[in-house]
Amino acid sequence: MSVKQHQITSFEAQPLDLKNRRNERLVRFFLGWVTMLLILPVLLILGVLIYKGSPALSWAFFTEMPRDGMTAGGILPALIGTLWLVGVALTAAVPLGIAAAIYLSEYAPDNMLTRIINLAIINLAGVPSIVHALFGLGAFVIFLKPLTGGTCILAASLTLAIMTLPVVIVSTRESLQAVPRQFREACWSLGATRWQTIRKVVLPNSISGILTGVIIQVSMTVGETAPIMYTGAVTYVAFLPESFTDETMALSLHLYNLAFVMQDVPESLPFGVALALVGVVLTLNSASIAFRMHLRGKKKW
Amino acid sequence: MGALREESAQRGIEDRIDAAWVWDRIAKAVIFIGGISAIVFVISIFIFVAKEGLGFALFDLDKSQFFGSPAWRPTSEPEPQFGALALMAGTASVTGFAMLIAVPFSLGSAIYISEFATGRKREYLKILVELLAAIPSVVWGFIGLTIMNPLIIQVFNVPVGLTILNAGVILGLMAAPIMTTIAEDALKAVPDGYREAAEAMGATRWQVIRWVVLPSAKKGLVAAILLGVGRGFGETMAVLMASGHAINLPTSPFDSVRALTATIASELGETARGSEHYKALFTLGILLFLVTFTINLLADILVRGRKGKKA
Repeated sequence: MSVKQHQITSFEAQPLDLKNRRNERLVRFFLGWVTMLLILPVLLILGVLIYKGSPALSWAFFTEMPRDGMTAGGILPALIGTLWLVGVALTAAVPLGIAAAIYLSEYAPDNMLTRIINLAIINLAGVPSIVHALFGLGAFVIFLKPLTGGTCILAASLTLAIMTLPVVIVSTRESLQAVPRQFREACWSLGATRWQTIRKVVLPNSISGILTGVIIQVSMTVGETAPIMYTGAVTYVAFLPESFTDETMALSLHLYNLAFVMQDVPESLPFGVALALVGVVLTLNSASIAFRMHLRGKKKW
Repeated sequence: MGALREESAQRGIEDRIDAAWVWDRIAKAVIFIGGISAIVFVISIFIFVAKEGLGFALFDLDKSQFFGSPAWRPTSEPEPQFGALALMAGTASVTGFAMLIAVPFSLGSAIYISEFATGRKREYLKILVELLAAIPSVVWGFIGLTIMNPLIIQVFNVPVGLTILNAGVILGLMAAPIMTTIAEDALKAVPDGYREAAEAMGATRWQVIRWVVLPSAKKGLVAAILLGVGRGFGETMAVLMASGHAINLPTSPFDSVRALTATIASELGETARGSEHYKALFTLGILLFLVTFTINLLADILVRGRKGKKA
């Protein structure tokens, strides 16, 4: 930029300027390639998944039970099971996450407790998924057995809910904080209580931001495997789950079993499941991104 | 606030206790419970994992064997061996290899996206990186198993492709998008005034990055790397499926290894509740919890330090 101005004002570019400009071009080119190299292999991999997985996908693949010891047939019970897990996990995590976010955004003073809450959120997101699985086993399967009856959808979903709680909290807090302070002050000055202000002004103005966070959470819940392995998801059940005290199959665990545990599975089957899983996750995330961009364009303030 | 309240009290203006007031108090209490839930969960995670494993770890476990021996033979009779050295080496080697890939690539991309790319290009790159971060770990493991494995066997002419190399590359590709996002946030947090001041003195964009942006974002970038390490350390399914899952003290990237996380995931199903083996797996869980807790704490202190200095 500076070099251009030199030329306009009839200064000659010195050798040092030329060298600096050359360096900048080199670095820019190099870093551009680094970015490409980060993204390209993944696009290639997605290409292979689509190439090898799409032949397996059909209407029957999604609507039939597995046959012949899971070496043929569809993935219906895994699909339904994943829906159950996500549904129950959301029911638990979303209200709790929103409450936590409201506390941090609207109530929390700048003190030690708030610092510790923030640290706890970061840690909750950073604890390895297999440690969440150990926790789920110890807390929901063993300790709360009278309530859950051992391994079941409820235990697995609660484990998933705790694991994905930070996602809801962080995204909700962000969208709550994006609501201008004046909106709240206007409401308070009319004599509304804090809660009335939150319910009638802050939440309605941030609901779409909260939704994008929830979509991301759904996508994360769909893909998690380790936390549900020993808490409620099983390799095979012949029935579709009927209540949250049943054990269930799940898409992610199904992929793990087909690809890693079982022998003699035709190759197209795990590729089909992997493609379905990636498809669901990427669609959800794209929806969340599109939603977010739409909002940014529409924002009134 | 306090002064206002006193004044209101003197003038006889008190909060009217009506339904709205009651609801406000109830909401405040409920929301406070939600607010501290994260703390409750982190503490209960530690309590429940420790409940099953800590007693065994403190009193029954041979610590010198645990940290010093590579022999993990939890089911051998009559004397099971719980040496976790090979498992730790497995986790460390895979995470280390992953960071060799992820650190340069994620920092490079973060600099490119934040400082060089503009407009639409930048938006598209950010979206792509975000989508990459969303691919589930079991799918990454599957990719390691079915795509990387034959590729490594063919390219390097080795008998087994499920190795440190495989798991490291997979883990690197997994961790890089997240690290890129965090590093980019750190770069974005550097005030534009710094950049403008340097440009006004005739610095090229690269000089601005090299001498102004990177030094002021240093702590945030280190935090990004730390969080990447934490992620690699705790990754379970991908490492389980791509690393070969063989107990082994590795000597080259073409060795198969077994990670701490993968050991828990694969063995927990075979153990009887309350057995030594079961408790040993929970001991590994305690170790994982403590290490990731420390890493996250360090990253948080670094980031907070950066914010504190600027304020």
